[in-house]
Amino acid sequence: MARITLTVNDRERALDVRDPGEPLLFVLRNQLGLTGAKYGCGVGQCGACTVLVDGEAVRSCLVPAGSAAGRAVTTVEHLGTAERPGPLQRAFIEQQAAQCGYCVPGMVMSAAALLRRNPRPTGDEVKRALDGNLCRCGTHQRIIDAVLLAAGTR
Amino acid sequence: MNRREFVFSGGALVVAFTWRRPAAAQAPTEAAPAGRTLATDEVDAFLAIGADGRVTIYSGKVDLGQGLRVAIPQMAAEELGCGVERIAFVEGDTALTPDQGPTAGSTGIMRGGVQIRQAAATAREALLDLAAARLARPRAELALVDGEVRATGGASLGIGELVGGRRLGVKLDPKAPLTNPARFRVIGKPLPRPDVAAKVAGTHRFVHDVVVAGMLHGAVVRPPAVGAKLVEVDEASVAAIGGVRVVRIRDFLGVVAAAEWDAMRAARALKARWSDGTGLVGDAGVRAWMKKGPPVDETLVKRGDAAAALAGAAKRIAAEYYWPMHSHASLGPSCAIADIREGEATIWSASQATHRFRGTIARLLGLARENVRVIYVDGAGCYGMNGHDDAAADAALLSRAVGKPVRVQWTREDELGWDPKGPPQLLALEGAVDDDGRIAAWRTRMWIPRATANLPSMPLLGPQAAGIEQVPGLSTGLISQNGNPPYAVANQEVVVHWLADAPLRPSNLRAPGKIANGFAVESFTDELAAVARQDALAFRLAGLGDPRGIEVVKRAAALIDWQARPSPGPGGVGRGIAYLHYKNNETYVAIAMEAEVDRRSGAIRVRRVGCAHDCGLVINPDGVRAQIEGSILQTLSRALFEEVKFDRARVTSVDFASYPLLRFPDVPRIAIDLVLRQHAPPLGAGEAAATPVAAALANAVYDAAGIRLRDVPFTRERVRAAFG
Repeated sequence: MARITLTVNDRERALDVRDPGEPLLFVLRNQLGLTGAKYGCGVGQCGACTVLVDGEAVRSCLVPAGSAAGRAVTTVEHLGTAERPGPLQRAFIEQQAAQCGYCVPGMVMSAAALLRRNPRPTGDEVKRALDGNLCRCGTHQRIIDAVLLAAGTR
Repeated sequence: MNRREFVFSGGALVVAFTWRRPAAAQAPTEAAPAGRTLATDEVDAFLAIGADGRVTIYSGKVDLGQGLRVAIPQMAAEELGCGVERIAFVEGDTALTPDQGPTAGSTGIMRGGVQIRQAAATAREALLDLAAARLARPRAELALVDGEVRATGGASLGIGELVGGRRLGVKLDPKAPLTNPARFRVIGKPLPRPDVAAKVAGTHRFVHDVVVAGMLHGAVVRPPAVGAKLVEVDEASVAAIGGVRVVRIRDFLGVVAAAEWDAMRAARALKARWSDGTGLVGDAGVRAWMKKGPPVDETLVKRGDAAAALAGAAKRIAAEYYWPMHSHASLGPSCAIADIREGEATIWSASQATHRFRGTIARLLGLARENVRVIYVDGAGCYGMNGHDDAAADAALLSRAVGKPVRVQWTREDELGWDPKGPPQLLALEGAVDDDGRIAAWRTRMWIPRATANLPSMPLLGPQAAGIEQVPGLSTGLISQNGNPPYAVANQEVVVHWLADAPLRPSNLRAPGKIANGFAVESFTDELAAVARQDALAFRLAGLGDPRGIEVVKRAAALIDWQARPSPGPGGVGRGIAYLHYKNNETYVAIAMEAEVDRRSGAIRVRRVGCAHDCGLVINPDGVRAQIEGSILQTLSRALFEEVKFDRARVTSVDFASYPLLRFPDVPRIAIDLVLRQHAPPLGAGEAAATPVAAALANAVYDAAGIRLRDVPFTRERVRAAFG
């Protein structure tokens, strides 16, 4: 058992993990109840588990929880709620950019990281930024439109 | 549980989940109200009116992401004279919702919604009768508006006061009058779906997120080869992880732990020795294996004399088309929670058929059906029978073994390796054009696995390994439909060579069979148009009699500014079109597409897609559009990139590198033209638009580059090879 301290959504959280190699994803979901990030592939190929670490989009299924200590972890839950969605989430809702919705939290977080470094992306820039996020339902066009709407470049 | 209530308030979308938690568990279970009927000839099975005047709809059809959660309430609201904000929607809980059949085959609205709409219309009539007696007013002076029965002149009575909490006790009247489409207020509106906000906020509860009190995490260790027997397990190999219980039932091997990560790493670490498998044909051998059979032949269509007309034709061609096995490739691996204790079973599952699965679980575990409850909770994209029932059976076996609720989430490798696959399809087509440039003769022969008649459920992996008896057989869906040309052809024949087996366990995958058949038939139509040196659009319109078909073909072509010319074109951007009348009697759909081909790399770029779609009555146009977009992009992914790879032992395409999906840079612009026929019956929108996609793409590639692609997927290697 190892004790780690994480800063998640601006709150410091001290946690015991049995395996220091346990990916951040499972700590977020099972110990902190932040189930927005999803397990999709476990090897960083689908993007469903995307969160921000120090403002950068990372695949939380690949990051050992211990290595996130001392860094700022932001999950989709921090951007807003269903009742009070943040601006990017509002744009997704406006575009109804979800079918099954399993990929969507990861999409939102990859898009959030894009908008941090490039607040006014073009459509092609959005496509490139989301290249590592997969969607099986085929909601891509609405997701692109949602990000452009949030950026004011639609 | 599973009682999803949603409220639309003033444009802003509010989603509230009422998770009623029994004291003992966080489990989302709600006791079934005493005396609640599930008989589908009773209005009370579908609908209840609370003392607060709110209406609860009980739906056997579930929302798999396709939007039934708003569309079915729209249908009910229309008949009840209210808005959807008054309606709560309970779905797919065998203790609460009637059996309306699986959510499959584009029947959610067409059958399920239509049935609930009729129940709502019956309820409205019953409410007006009751109110007429209570208010002592003639029935003709009463109207049901916003949860009140209002009489001309002012008197009114809330429906909560009228019947709140009590049963209506009336039979569903198939003749109860339906609202005249000219007066629709709710049907036909693009209302937002109630679950999208929570999905975007990350708080929507998927089956993967359900926590049941005392729940453990399980994982199943699959053999390294299909059909391999378990020889030996080394339990000491997971001792270091601590607290892991190994469960072995004959060849079924699993682990159970308190923490999800422990279960995952234990499943990976567990050392086991397996026998060789039963031997697979391998992906490269499928085509020859199908041809070899031996098949059982069936003639599906016979008009005129195709053989004689082909033999006597001057311009005759033949071609073969191949569609490989595909994975459902749902973005989240299958997951379920099972609680099997004291002769009772509760399953939380993303099952598309909770009532059917209830019977399956009862048979597998030897329980009485009434002691099994299956509760639907959203999964990650369901486009047919993926691994959801397998995962639930895994969880049930593990839960029974350890006596506690167990959650099983498959890994990505499990999902791509072991989900039941869309079956392979091989089609050989022959055709001839006459001197007037019309199709004179047509013959389709198809080699496909035959679905087992009356199979109670697809054989599941866990029970099979555990030696539990199951009815053997194949599940595929209706994969022989739409093998005929949708055009006037005097001499035509469609023959199926049914195969008794499949190279890997098959199951229904979106628009079963019709995507491959549409690919072959509509590609071959283009090949015949090229032989006749005719424009592909004009060639189709010349043979098309159905006015609804003609309309979608013309409107799809207009969406991409179709330029009439024979194919191939001058090079550069090519355009293609394809049309299908789904199942020959449902939705009409045509897709026109622009694509270009990079000769050096072999890459195909789809520039834009236009789809015209006539599914009769449209309940929620935005929902229909989303389904069309999804059908197009998912099928582009399948046609361009996907093929299940397997060797003699096992599936080898078990990650998203070896089983790639369409990515954002590949996404074209999509334009959709919905034909609104609000006076017609609804025909379904979840599948039809997938069926012309591959042919429209192949035809656009032919127009662009003069190469004819007949094997899916259209990989770069195949494109380069086609150039020679």
